[in-house]
Amino acid sequence: MQPVIRIRDLTKTYAGGFEALKSVDLDIDKGEIFGLLGPNGAGKTTMINIVCGIVTKTSGTVTVNGYDNDTEYRKTRGRIGLVPQELPTETFETPYNACRFSRGLFGKPPRPDHIEKVLKSLSLWDKKDTKIMMLSGGMKRRVLIAKALSHEPDILFLDEPTAGVDVELRQDMWNAVQTLRESGVTVILTTHYIEEAEQLADRIGVINHGEVIVVEETNRLMRELGKKELVLHLASPIEAIPSGLHGYHLELGAGGSELTYHYDTKSEHTGITALLGALHEAGIRFNDLHTSQSSLEEIFVGLVNKER
Amino acid sequence: MNWYAVKAIYRTEMARMMRTVVQSIVAPVLSTSLYFVIFGAAIGSRITEIDGVSYGAFIVPGLIMLSIMTESISNSSFAIYFPKFSGTIFELLSAPVSWVEVVLGYVGAAATKSVIIGGIILATASFFVEINVAHPLIMVLFLVLISVSFSLFGFILGIWADGWEKLTIVPILVIMPLTFLGGTFYSISMLPEFWQKLSLFNPIVYLISGFRWAFYENADVAIGLSLGMVIGFLAICLGVVRWIFKTGYRLRA
Repeated sequence: MQPVIRIRDLTKTYAGGFEALKSVDLDIDKGEIFGLLGPNGAGKTTMINIVCGIVTKTSGTVTVNGYDNDTEYRKTRGRIGLVPQELPTETFETPYNACRFSRGLFGKPPRPDHIEKVLKSLSLWDKKDTKIMMLSGGMKRRVLIAKALSHEPDILFLDEPTAGVDVELRQDMWNAVQTLRESGVTVILTTHYIEEAEQLADRIGVINHGEVIVVEETNRLMRELGKKELVLHLASPIEAIPSGLHGYHLELGAGGSELTYHYDTKSEHTGITALLGALHEAGIRFNDLHTSQSSLEEIFVGLVNKER
Repeated sequence: MNWYAVKAIYRTEMARMMRTVVQSIVAPVLSTSLYFVIFGAAIGSRITEIDGVSYGAFIVPGLIMLSIMTESISNSSFAIYFPKFSGTIFELLSAPVSWVEVVLGYVGAAATKSVIIGGIILATASFFVEINVAHPLIMVLFLVLISVSFSLFGFILGIWADGWEKLTIVPILVIMPLTFLGGTFYSISMLPEFWQKLSLFNPIVYLISGFRWAFYENADVAIGLSLGMVIGFLAICLGVVRWIFKTGYRLRA
């Protein structure tokens, strides 16, 4: 099946010389929810803005439904809805008029019933004639979503949709995304909350320093996320790991005074009890211990290494 | 062509104008009326006729020009600067529209407003002085062409400006002096020869002269030349806007 968005060798260097994207390749499949994960400044928004036509690319190609987003931009942009990260709203307009404007701008004939449906689904109908500047931040975000949906896009970009929103709105937003997917809309959402991507996305792409470092099905990525490590601070340094402990794949660090053990919280046996017993038998004593979740970065690096 | 987009932009812009009706229409009409009171009645009564036209009537075309130029520029520059400033321009940039639809929507609305203001000022002026329009069609043609040209110019200014100061500095430092020195309140034939020659480098002289010709058939420069200058200015502005959208200058990072 042809991907709905196909990005090849996409690069972007801003006027100041900042390399926001370094040769990005990415395919988004029709009808999926794709989570684009990465820290701030990783290049998520730049990539979205290039696909939508807000930022000009330095090189590479982007096709949407098989059409080039530069030369056939009318065919590509008309299909895409974008909810940006910030909340730029038409201060003096009302939600209803703002939606009507968006629909017209994207070349769609008037359909008041559709706008009514969208506003109702986002609990905005009773505010439809209130000036946007009178609305709360959460409501403004809803208005932006309503605007993007008012022109019936096949592809919806949600750039950090739940950054700084309350729990209730977050749940509403997640429900809205699910409903959209059921109606066949492809959704691409960026986030730096791993939990959000886990809840919603079919696939997750991880981007960092302008490079897509991994694209993986969410389930598989989450298995990696179940991994934790146990660090033991030894009472006295050892030179080598005793042979009886080889089965545990321990790492010796910090000049022989730290032992690290990796385990999977989601497996039936973590092996921690056995390891501690084995350490006792080997006569290794420790002052302290702590466990930690593998950081996102570690998981991503691990995944990348595995793929190579 | 995405006509729905043109309609959406035009409609929103006209609605904005109605929201600010005092600032948009009452203010220019009031200020023009003051000009009439001061220059037409108070001072004008002591000034002899110019080319057979009473001074009060003589300044009418210039005053209309003054208003529609400043209103066109401020209206369309603000229309595009504000979305840039607030960030809502993202939607325009991501929409399936070319520069043609954007210009028809924004510049069309700004020019419409200017033409309306021009009409209101003309009507207001007729309460103060007797006005004859010798060539109504030419008068309307000039009114429309100049409204469109200066709205385009304002649109370019709004895209170029990266701060509120720049938005106001060009109308005040460039357009206002050129308009006042362009024969709004006098015929350049009244000037010493050197200043007459120098005035011919001021493009606004041609616009006011042509517009005045449509009223009283007296002009500082030939009507054909005036029309040519207006069309030339319009063409240059169109070219610049097209270039801006093609390159993304100050619009797309």
